[in-house]
Parts: sequence; C-alpha cells; structure tokens
Amino acid sequence: MAEPRATAPDWRLVVAGLGAVFLLAAPPFLSAYWVGLLTQVVILGILAMSLDLLIGYTGLPSLGHAGFFGVAAYGVGILSTTYQAGVVASIAGGFIAGTGLAALLGLIVSHVRDVYFLMITMALGMVLWGLSFRWIPVTGGDNGIAGIPRLETLIGLPATGPIPFYYLALVVFAACIVLMMVLVKSPFGLTLQGIREHEPRMRSLGFNTWLHGYLSYVCAGAFASVAGIMWAYYNGFVSPTYLDLTASSELFLMVTLGGPATLVGPVIGAGAIVILKNVMSAYTARWLLILGIVYIVTILWAPQGLWNLGRHRRS
Amino acid sequence: MNAVRALLLVVAVAATFISAQTNDTRPPIKIGFMVPLSGGNAQNGRDILNGFLMYLDEIGYRAGGRQIELIVEDDEAIPAVGLTKARKLVERDEVHVMAGALLSSTGYALAPYITSMKIPMVYPVVSADDLTQRRRSEWIVRTGWSGSQPNHAFGEYAYQKLGIRSVVTIALDYAFGWESVGGFERTFAAAGGRIRQKLWVPLSAHDFAPYLAQIPRDVDAVYALLLGRTALQFMRQYEEFGLKGRVTLIGGGTTTDEHVLPFMGDEAIGTVTALHYSAALDTPANKAFAATYRARFKKIPSYYSESMYTGGKWLIAAINAIDGRVEDRAALVEALRRVRPSDLPRGPMELDAYGNPIENVYIRRVERVNGELQNTVIDTFPRVSQFWTFDPDRYLSEPLYER
Repeated sequence: MAEPRATAPDWRLVVAGLGAVFLLAAPPFLSAYWVGLLTQVVILGILAMSLDLLIGYTGLPSLGHAGFFGVAAYGVGILSTTYQAGVVASIAGGFIAGTGLAALLGLIVSHVRDVYFLMITMALGMVLWGLSFRWIPVTGGDNGIAGIPRLETLIGLPATGPIPFYYLALVVFAACIVLMMVLVKSPFGLTLQGIREHEPRMRSLGFNTWLHGYLSYVCAGAFASVAGIMWAYYNGFVSPTYLDLTASSELFLMVTLGGPATLVGPVIGAGAIVILKNVMSAYTARWLLILGIVYIVTILWAPQGLWNLGRHRRS
Repeated sequence: MNAVRALLLVVAVAATFISAQTNDTRPPIKIGFMVPLSGGNAQNGRDILNGFLMYLDEIGYRAGGRQIELIVEDDEAIPAVGLTKARKLVERDEVHVMAGALLSSTGYALAPYITSMKIPMVYPVVSADDLTQRRRSEWIVRTGWSGSQPNHAFGEYAYQKLGIRSVVTIALDYAFGWESVGGFERTFAAAGGRIRQKLWVPLSAHDFAPYLAQIPRDVDAVYALLLGRTALQFMRQYEEFGLKGRVTLIGGGTTTDEHVLPFMGDEAIGTVTALHYSAALDTPANKAFAATYRARFKKIPSYYSESMYTGGKWLIAAINAIDGRVEDRAALVEALRRVRPSDLPRGPMELDAYGNPIENVYIRRVERVNGELQNTVIDTFPRVSQFWTFDPDRYLSEPLYER
C-alpha cells in the first residue's frame, strides 16, 4: 500500500519522480517510434491501473477486463466511421458503451468471489470477443473497423502527429491516475481494501459489501473505457484482438508483474511489457522466451510485483 | 586501330570502376518485412519469409546497383502489433519499402497507415478482396491473390467439367471463408448449380462431427475451405464418416495446400481444389524453385513460400527498373505496378489497374506420386482476373461477398 511514511522517502518515490519527469520531458528528444511506444505505455497504463482497482484493491481477479476496453474502442470506431458522428458524440458513446456494459455485467459477476469471479469474467470476456468477431454487420468481424480519424485534428490541436497525441494521452493518463489515487484513498477505497482483506468482517461491521464490489467493478470499467477510447484513436482502427483472452491475460500480467494495489506498479508493468516486447522482438524471434524468463524471475524474486519489491505484505 | 581499342578499353574499365564506386557510395536499400513468426500462424509466416530469403540470396542482396538490407519483424498475427511494427520499420528504421502481412485483418489495419506515410508496400499473401477492390490504396500492390479469384473459375469448372450439380459448403467462418465460398457460389449458381447448404465452422473448431452429420448423402459434392489444423482434422473425419468415395470432395486451395498436405494420409487423395499455385506445377521455373527450396529448407514449398519468392522478385524488378532510386517512392510504386518479371514459379502474371494479379488458376487433384502426396495440376485457367469475366465497374458497385 502506498501509505505515507514517516521515514525517509524510499526508492519508490525517486523512481516515480524520475519516471514522471521522463514522461513529461523526454518525448521531444525521442524519435517518432519511441514516442509511439510511450503513448502505448501511458494508454495501457490507464488500463492496467483500472484492472488494479479490481485485482489489487478489491481482491477481484478479472480475466475479462479487456472487454470494456474493447467495447469502448468499438463504440468510438463504429460511431466515428459508420455513423460519421462528431468527436464528442464518439467519445461519449464509447464511454457510455464501456461503462454501461460494466454496470450491466457487474450485476452478474458481483455475487461471486475468487476463482469463480475469475471464471465468470473470463467467460463474459469470451462472449464479448465472440460478439465482436461474429456480429459482422456492426463490427466488421475479423477485419475490424479501419479509418478512425485523428483525435488531434478533431479536437482542434494546432499540430498533429505522434508528439501532440502523446501529450494528449499523457494529460488523460495524469487525470486518471490522480482520480484513481483519490478513489483508493477515499473512505470508499479503504472499504474496498477492507473487503479484500476480510469480507465477512466488513459485512458484520455494516458495510454493504456487494454494493462496494459492484461499484468498484463499474469504476474499473469506466477507466478501462477511457483507455479503450484513446487506444482506438491511437491505432485508427479496432479489431477483435483488442478484447480477446490473450489481451485480458496480458493485462493481468501487467498488473501482477508491476505489483497489485499500488497503481504505479501496473503502469510499470505495462511499460515493461510494451518495451520488452517491441525491443526484444527486433533482435530475436525468441522474444517470447525472454518475456517468459522475466515473468519467472519476477515470480521468484518479487512475488508481489516489482513495485512491492522489498516490501512485506501486512498480515 | 589498336590504340583506339586500347583507349576504349581504358574508358570502359574506368567507367565500370567509377560506376561501381558511385553505386557503392549509395546507402543500402532498406526493405521492411513483417509476418507472424510466433503464435498459431508462425509456420505460414516462416514459409513466406523463407521464400523471400531464398530470392534475396539468389540475387546476392543487391538490386539497382545498391546493397539490400532486410529488416524482419514479427507481427504476431495481431493487427495492433502489426501497426506498431510498421511504425517501427517506417519511423525508426526508415525503410524505403515494405512487404509482408499474412492475415486480412492485419492487411486492413495497415492500409490507412501505409497510405498516410506514402510507403510502397507489397502484400504477398493477404487475400481480402476489398484491398484491391472497394478499399484499395495506391501505395499497396498485391502480388498474391484475392480470395474469390480462383473460386470464380472453380465454380464454373465444378459444374461444367466435374459435372457437379449440387454442393454443400463447409468453410471457416471469417472473411476469407465468405469470400471464397461467395466467389464459388456466384459462378457455380450462374452455370446452373445449386448450393444446398452452407456450413460455417469457427476457426477454433476441433471436431467436425456436428457439421459432417448435417451433410445430405444425395449431394454431388462437398466444398471445403479450411487451413492448417482444421484441414487435417476435417480430412480425417470426412473419411471416418464414410463420406469419402461417396461424396466428391472439392475445395479452396488452402485445404490441401502444401503447408498441410505432407501431414495428411490417403484420406486426402482425390480432393480437387483450385489455387494460383501448386508445388507440383510442371514448369522449369517451378521445378527449379521447388528443388532449391526443398534442398534448403527440407520441406515442400507451400503457396505461402512461393508467395514471397514471387513477391520478392516483383519488388526487386521494380527496384531495378528505377535503377535503385528508391527514395523516389512515387516512382517505385509506379514501377511496382508496371514491371512484369517472367519465369515465376506460378507461371505468367501481370497486375491489373487495381493492383491485383491477373494470373493462372490451377485446378489440382491430390495424388500420391513416388510415395508422396502432391497437388497434381489437372487443368489451367489462364490469365484469371479478380473480376473473372465481369465488368469491373459493375462488379465494384455490388456488395462484397458475405455469409
């Protein structure tokens, strides 16, 4: 837990500070390719943090989280191409689609916990993937939807290209991380952590644990939708691979690799996976092997994730 | 006289020397290449890459008087990854031209980016019809085929030459399947045939029993469009269900393509399919290609292998046609559309005004020759266009083939 401590600032503060400065100042000095990768890191960072609300803070391991991300992306894709909707309508539509779906599915999944939660969210995630793959008149099936216009132009930024879009994504990222930090520190967030630690006790204290679990699911869905909207504009197309099981499990890995219940950890996890995948695959076709070794090493030496390194879980 | 000759010789040598020098001072031509090299489609991706490597070796990695530098990336068969890799190749490696992609979804996802960056790109395999039809890009040249292309020819052939009157289709349930079956149905029905039933199989299918059980035994033929693992499984179960020998099996070219054929048994014998290539094609160019490929990679070339051998040959011919001045991208893409290399393994080929090949379609029957299964060519439709015999404008005003 990122609790304020009386002792001297640990390495985490230094790393986070350096990371923030890097994200803010480095892009103008980097090539367009690296700016693109950083854009992916911050967008997937939002997504990983949203899953952290569920896994880390509420103790609900979801394997279908990419579903909301994908549905919001499809919302943007469909509205802005098939219906030629304006940018505000497209973004609002994508957000409402993703969040509304979370509110709907939350009614189903919020009654179960642990491995049952994992199974049901995985099944629902597969259903959403199937829908994107088979509802061809709307989603274009396997081919997806291409031709989503550029966000920088739509909202009237003076410049277009990787750097303006990156800073746009960074602003959204900053807003999301602040909102989520406020959320987890609020009484609501503390209740979620209480549920994670011992749900029956929270219930006996008079908390409506079902409602808390449900609301945390909806919040996570909402932040995932924000990431989905940015992802659709970043790539300029949507396809079923956004919400398949591979996407959801990779997301799960980002959170567990970085360190659940830290918010910053999942961003690091997202960054590590995006950078490793892209840098490694340029040099060797065996990059999956390297990624696998990284996972194993992390499990062995930092079982609570990178960001929790050297920190003991409170019992 | 001798003095003149000596002088000429000196001039000639000097000229060669100077030209060699100027050539060498030009930086290498960078070709960006991407296919899936990990995941379920890795084998097909590897075949495509092999064909390209083989051709580049043949020409010693030189074209238009310049060295060639090949940069290979793995697109993982995921469109978003493909786009990231394309950005890397274009923006970081600064490639002059790109080639590759296997899946239609990746092909569609890359197209807007390729067009916006004005990078010439060769699609050796991606077969989605609309990439050279209703959604074509002037920067993309397809040296492969469009999904419905061989099937237009095959529909007519099945009715007229094979004497088939009624058909049940079993095809993979995605754009490639719909376009293949759609093309077959169009000409087959126009000739007078009847599609009794269309069965669509998910890509993840493991068991064909539910589909095979639905096939009425009085139908003349079953048309199957499958690939990879699904093709192997289907063939086995088709025999187990007692359909082999009773109901003729025909299909799209990938069902018996050489990427799966060596793993099939006698159950595949007799299957008739249509494609623009067969490893058993009896021409000097293909025999040489297949023999070299086999010697080097220890397997029969599949249509995927041939795709980027020919694609590579096409690309290099275009580079040679503009003397290696690949920095002029417009000239390169214009050359790609204009050149017409000969002696391709698949036979003669040219590009139409839409950037899709006009090429032979081969009707192939699986036979066992010298103990090995092969796609014996039993008939040839020369110079088949993606529009078959239809008027392109009218064809394009009609909707794309769907389920």
